[in-house]
Amino acid sequence: MFGFMWKYRTLYLISIPGILYFLVFKYLPLLGSVIAFQNYNLFAGFSGSPWVGLEHFERMFQHYDFIRILKNTLMLGLLDILIAFTAPIILALLLNEIRLVLYKKIIQTVVYAPHFLSWVIVSGIFTGMLSPSSGIVNVILGWFGVEPIYFLGENSFIRTILVGSGLWRDVGWGTIIYLAALTGINPELYEASEMDGAGRWKQTLKITIPALLPVITVLFLLKIGDFMDYGFERVFVFQNPLNITNSEILDTYIYKAGLKQMQYSYATAIGLFKSVVGLFLLVIANTLSRKATGESLY
Amino acid sequence: MIRREHWSRKWFLIANYLFLTGLSLTMLLPFLNVIAQSFSGAAAIDRGDVMFWPVDFTLNYYQYVFDDVSIWRAFGITVYITVLGTLINLAATSSLAYPLSRTEYVGRKYVLLFVLMTMIFTAPLIPQFILMREIHLVNTLWALMIPTAISAFNLIVLRSFFVQIPTELIDSARIDGCGEMRILWSLMLPLSKPALATVGIFYSVTNWNKYMDALYYLNERGLYPLQVKLRELLINDDLVDTGNLPFDIASQSVQGVQMAVILVATLPIIMLYPFMQRYFIKGMLIGSIKS
Repeated sequence: MFGFMWKYRTLYLISIPGILYFLVFKYLPLLGSVIAFQNYNLFAGFSGSPWVGLEHFERMFQHYDFIRILKNTLMLGLLDILIAFTAPIILALLLNEIRLVLYKKIIQTVVYAPHFLSWVIVSGIFTGMLSPSSGIVNVILGWFGVEPIYFLGENSFIRTILVGSGLWRDVGWGTIIYLAALTGINPELYEASEMDGAGRWKQTLKITIPALLPVITVLFLLKIGDFMDYGFERVFVFQNPLNITNSEILDTYIYKAGLKQMQYSYATAIGLFKSVVGLFLLVIANTLSRKATGESLY
Repeated sequence: MIRREHWSRKWFLIANYLFLTGLSLTMLLPFLNVIAQSFSGAAAIDRGDVMFWPVDFTLNYYQYVFDDVSIWRAFGITVYITVLGTLINLAATSSLAYPLSRTEYVGRKYVLLFVLMTMIFTAPLIPQFILMREIHLVNTLWALMIPTAISAFNLIVLRSFFVQIPTELIDSARIDGCGEMRILWSLMLPLSKPALATVGIFYSVTNWNKYMDALYYLNERGLYPLQVKLRELLINDDLVDTGNLPFDIASQSVQGVQMAVILVATLPIIMLYPFMQRYFIKGMLIGSIKS
């Protein structure tokens, strides 16, 4: 065996930099998470900083702000699953009904496009459209006699804006996998059910959706694993002092508490908490799904 | 009965076409609004007169954008990290994807698992930041290229492509006396051009749009890439709306300038989009099925 490995030593040599990359940039920081149990000090380093046990985790849950931020994160995670996860499935089903090839191509080209824009650009476009002085949304509302509303300046609108902008950017992109799964369905199934007198709606329920179910399950499980990861950029770019009460999530808070206020250990504790909860949710969902549908990630 | 079915189907199709056309318009019209405003007079924008066509046509905002050295600088930095960063991405990704695609590589399953684990469990921000500080990457442009050198998703896309290349080709190259490096360089890579293009597109869009990493690892204003600079210009709008601080460019519309910058920053992506489309759908599919 070692002779065999020696014969192909170049293969191993080529792979070393890549493996090192994952070790250094992905696994080493994972080890570095121990500072969550210390009072980490940049100058004292890992070995010189005092150990404090679970102090930071206790502080987290006693902190009134933290509970609110956690609630915001969970709320957005929930909305994300209810709306941003289901919308591409429905859109894919609707696109699948289009028989004019060219028309379908044009629609696809248009709806995929926003995915390539950065969140900074997306926020710029939305901020522009929602601006109380010159935004197109308020201009249109004005035709109906509605006074200008500063949408981004109110806590009550920010969740809708976050979910809406996410939908705008990614709903089309999300259909790609489903559309591919749809083309994989055997057309004979439809022909046979048509003979039996099944209408299009019945076919969708009995053939199309069951065929999509494995893909939906896998993507759903991955989404559950990301429940707490709504995303730093997409929220941060919409934040301002007026909407922060409802828009602060764990990721943005970690950045502010950690990098801005330099509470390194506290921010790491929050980050670790987030990763562990994510993993936990994934394992639970995976087990449930294996029992219920037989589909699972591992 | 059959007739009713027929009619409800017809109504559904009409509604569906209308809905999808409407949806496409909601994707397109915001763009048109941005373009129109970036060419419209300040007064017209402030009155809310500008919809999808410029009013009181002007090139003032573009003039302002092109005269601003700091925007040019940020643009240059973004081009730099996109070009060099993507080259690093491709070199690093293919040099790991190739060995992992070969059955001769004992233990490739474990290495793959080792890579996939990082997709599920990610390290918190602060330890990553401390690492970057320890290896002196903070406040260098390397911070935007090295820590993101390989994405597990793209690695899997490329590996799946390498796996499909027939082993006979590799065997015959070996009989001709080619070493592994030579096989990778003059056989696998040329054969994998479509896959490299796909992965290259994903990487370059990510690099072009890079914002968060710059926020985390760069404090020097001179190093800011375009997205950070853009964000700075956009924030001013909030300040105007909350009445805190006026933009100090007399007789210019803040919004006009912002829309012009948005367009300048998006233009490269819009221009490349038609060429990209061929590749990204395929890559997306391979990546998600395998992972």
